[in-house]
Amino acid sequence: MKPTDVKNPDYYHKVVDCQWACPAHTNVPEYIRLIAQGEYTGAYMLNRESNVFPAILGRTCDRPCEPACRRERIDAKPVAICRLKRAAADLRGEIAHLMPKIPAKKNDKRVACIGAGPASLTVANDLMPLGYEVTIFEKLDEPGGLMRSNIPSFRLPERVLSEEIELILNMGVDARFNTPVESMKELLASGFDAVFVGSGAPRGKELNLPGRAGTERIHIGIDWLGSIAFGHTTSVGERVLIIGVGNTAMDCCRSSRRLGGKDIKVMARRPREFFKASAWELEDAEEEQVEILINYAPKSFKVENGVVKGMEFDQLVWDAGAKNSQTVGTVFLPADDVILAIGQENAFPWIERDLGIDFDKWDTPIVDPTTYQSTRPGVFFGGDAAFGPKNIIWAVEHGHQAAISIHNYCHGNSVTDRPPFGMNLVSQKMGISEWSYGNDYAPVTRQKMTHVDLKERFDKLTIEVELGFTSDQIAKEVARCLNCDVETHFTAKRCIECDACIDVCPVQCLTITRNGEEEDLRTRLSAPAVNLTQSLYVSEDLPQTGRIMAKDEDVCVHCGLCAERCPTAAWDMQKFELLISYAGEEACANQHTAA
Amino acid sequence: MPSIAKPVARHPSLERNSLGLTIRDYEGSMSTLCAGCGHDSITAAIVRTLWEISMPPHRLVKMSGIGCSSKTPAYFVYGAHGFNSAHGRMPTITTGAIAANRELTYIGVSGDGDSLSIGIGHMCHAIRRNVKMVYLIENNGVYGLTKGQFSASADVGSKSKRGEANRMLPIDPVMLGLSIGATFVARSFSGDKEQLVPILKAAFAHRGMALVDVISPCVTFNDHSGSTKSYLYTRKHEARATETDFVPPATEILASISTNGVTSVTMHDGSVVRFRSLPAGYDPTDRQKVMSYLQERQSSGEIVTGLLFADETVADLHEANNTCDAPLNDLPYEKLCPGAETLNWLQDEFR
Ligand SMILES: Cc1cc2nc3c(=O)[nH]c(=O)nc-3n(C[C@H](O)[C@H](O)[C@H](O)COP(=O)(O)OP(=O)(O)OC[C@H]3O[C@@H](n4cnc5c(N)ncnc54)[C@H](O)[C@@H]3O)c2cc1C
Ligand SMILES: Cc1ncc(C[n+]2csc(CCOP(=O)(O)OP(=O)(O)O)c2C)c(N)n1
Ligand code: SF4
Ligand code: SF4
Ligand code: SF4
Ligand SMILES: [Mg+2]
Repeated sequence: MKPTDVKNPDYYHKVVDCQWACPAHTNVPEYIRLIAQGEYTGAYMLNRESNVFPAILGRTCDRPCEPACRRERIDAKPVAICRLKRAAADLRGEIAHLMPKIPAKKNDKRVACIGAGPASLTVANDLMPLGYEVTIFEKLDEPGGLMRSNIPSFRLPERVLSEEIELILNMGVDARFNTPVESMKELLASGFDAVFVGSGAPRGKELNLPGRAGTERIHIGIDWLGSIAFGHTTSVGERVLIIGVGNTAMDCCRSSRRLGGKDIKVMARRPREFFKASAWELEDAEEEQVEILINYAPKSFKVENGVVKGMEFDQLVWDAGAKNSQTVGTVFLPADDVILAIGQENAFPWIERDLGIDFDKWDTPIVDPTTYQSTRPGVFFGGDAAFGPKNIIWAVEHGHQAAISIHNYCHGNSVTDRPPFGMNLVSQKMGISEWSYGNDYAPVTRQKMTHVDLKERFDKLTIEVELGFTSDQIAKEVARCLNCDVETHFTAKRCIECDACIDVCPVQCLTITRNGEEEDLRTRLSAPAVNLTQSLYVSEDLPQTGRIMAKDEDVCVHCGLCAERCPTAAWDMQKFELLISYAGEEACANQHTAA
Repeated sequence: MPSIAKPVARHPSLERNSLGLTIRDYEGSMSTLCAGCGHDSITAAIVRTLWEISMPPHRLVKMSGIGCSSKTPAYFVYGAHGFNSAHGRMPTITTGAIAANRELTYIGVSGDGDSLSIGIGHMCHAIRRNVKMVYLIENNGVYGLTKGQFSASADVGSKSKRGEANRMLPIDPVMLGLSIGATFVARSFSGDKEQLVPILKAAFAHRGMALVDVISPCVTFNDHSGSTKSYLYTRKHEARATETDFVPPATEILASISTNGVTSVTMHDGSVVRFRSLPAGYDPTDRQKVMSYLQERQSSGEIVTGLLFADETVADLHEANNTCDAPLNDLPYEKLCPGAETLNWLQDEFR
């Protein structure tokens, strides 16, 4: 293999599994260390830089970082990254003075954002400090998008949601509620320099089966959740059937539980390992005595005089990969309400099709995945509106990227001109066997989130179920982080091949061997490198024997022992900082150490 | 001294030996030697060997004298017995321990100072007695612990860190051992575990004393450019005379191995050492030939390594003295101490 190029920010970035997996590349290990030091405000602000809504996301994020977390590979469960984010938000102090300053003198550029969901709010967050005048048009009378209308308040309290949205709107955003955009043509004619479409994917999918018509007790999940959020729906029948087993289904069944539902069944077509909902959502629902039934395909509705009686299902048996099924019988399940939670899509009846904004054959807009620009220059899409339903953190990342494009566009630069990542690499050595990070491995298990008692939690719809970590739990959980951003940095010309690093490594990451092709090399290491998603570091030729130092990044616990036992400082522990560019700033300008 | 104990985190694919133990179960406390010391690498080779041969930790005894090398038994196999003796007395105390309990497995770790200076007489007599133990000399040419004075194994002309050259002739433990009847003699290099581990496995299977000299650079006092025991010098001058495989005593494996054209030595416990490559005319069981081969090669500046000599025909201490089969702590008190009457009778016998 060729020697690894660690000057490319991607190499060490990838070692920080959580940061790499986060769509917004939140600097997780750094904020966890800040929490460990009691710097909650600092931890919050660091989060805010990349993910904009730490308190919201600390409760609701899809957390792609956690399945990626290295800790899971050696200790069964990942660090509770998401709930630590909440801890920073809960415990933070005053931040007003730390927020970006909004220039009094504007730059004479006006940007329209359609929808007040997380995507548009992020665009505003990034552009307001640069002097833009941002106008948000929102159909509803409150901001937040699905975060307000669909994520139930027992998961995300209204106070938390509003507080973080206010931080952005208070930058001086011109937010116009109850103002649906009904014609893109008109909007384009009204003199904005750029338009951002952050209108989400508002259309819940319908299930057209026999008996569907003639009742108001069969609901579209996202609409039904919306009507609960805005107080229009306050009760549900005792027997509820939820069709589908994704995130929406989970919120629907748990909401039913709070509105009077007693016998609540979530009906899944396929076995559990194919569910769209995350393991923790299922756990939370089942804790509330919701039943989840597998291998049932809806067949027909039974409705009499506008009253739902129940539904008929085919019972399925699946083959091994759950690709093909066989019907082995039918069952009838009685119900008072049926809630359809089988997906949603974006829809743009208000965008005229002759504006140069092209749509594909599924009637979804053609959007560039890097610039987020549509086929009409100056019109950008992001969030669920761009590529269909995703989640909040993706909406935020789309917002950041679209803001960069808008900034380029408004200043006559090419939107494809993307500012690169930068990096800083700083030695953590404080003395012999002394580091400026906690290198000891804490053998503590993942802390379990405590929940409000089952009896109390249904008293009111708005009681937040999760209580947050106690200070003791926070202290334990932060210690589980392996500091994957403190990198083992190698200088081949210093190595005398004494083997000390190899012998001391607790997890057999290191090998000195003759070079070879990756496939072969992976089998010749101290421990076979079977996890192909993890990089193999390969050094330049070592001076004494011409062999190479190889490191399998997979399960390195960043303990620094290799560097401590190295007599020549060929290994050093260096903190990697990814420098991310946002609209109007070049991250590389902040690069203070040549790597 | 490392800042932390070795993390308990383990590689998810860590294998277990026939006792159900992982290699990490053979570790000891954290080394307090200088970072990069060859001795630590030898420790790692010992750990690997003991894990691979599935040594029950509580059946192992770790013996040592004084020196950095003699500190190393603390760094492997927590669960073993051990004794850290006075300077140079490791072989003597081990002889006593073995006399008292022949059922345990003994490894003595010593240094060139410990064994070739102050303890040379003790070592020679343990060799003569063919005490059944692995006798490991971690040879760095200096007294590391006392800050790098030349030891008895320093080569003529090898320079100290401050620049003076050694003028006294070295004592080579390999030649010394061969000349006084050692029954198993090997030399290796701390930086070459591929060679050292099979040698150590064979050493544990040997009938009597297995003398293993391991070049082990002292990274702090003897790893500079004028040294003949540095990493670089050893790498440049090492000549592997023999290449050996160790085949444990498992019949199915033995049956499938062809012995055609391969020199092999069957060890006391039924395992086999196969010499994969040998210099022409080299016979690892012929003491005279081995000595003259070594003399010739070493005079041309080579550091000859490998399992150099093995003789499984010589009785060990217990066999030669026809001692009782049971360890002394297994004997009933009356038998071990038969009383004043018996003592009187015995003394009368000598009058
Ligand atoms: C039930 C449910 C639960 C969810 N739970 C989670 C979760 O726990 N974690 C997570 O990360 N994600 C979750 N999601 C997904 C997440 O809410 C969305 O991916 C995210 O909100 C998308 O943000 P957005 O800014 O693209 O659009 P949205 O949040 O959908 O906001 C779009 C806004 O645009 C407005 N709008 C639409 N059309 C117009 C128009 N023509 N004129 C003016 N305004 C308009 C809408 O009223 C809305 O306010 C959930 C989704 C659902 C349905
Ligand atoms: C009776 C006695 N004499 C002298 C010493 C001082 N002393 C301690 S270690 C040592 C030499 C150790 O050298 P070596 O066995 O080569 O070990 P190394 O440190 O090089 O591994 C000496 C002379 C002592 N501890 N006891
Ligand atoms: S920091 Fe070094 S010693 Fe520690 S696990 Fe990683 S490679 Fe191994
Ligand atoms: S400890 Fe240092 S000098 Fe020794 S092998 Fe490892 S990197 Fe090389
Ligand atoms: S002084 Fe030399 S022998 Fe002793 S620990 Fe340091 S490097 Fe090893
Ligand atoms: Mg010595």
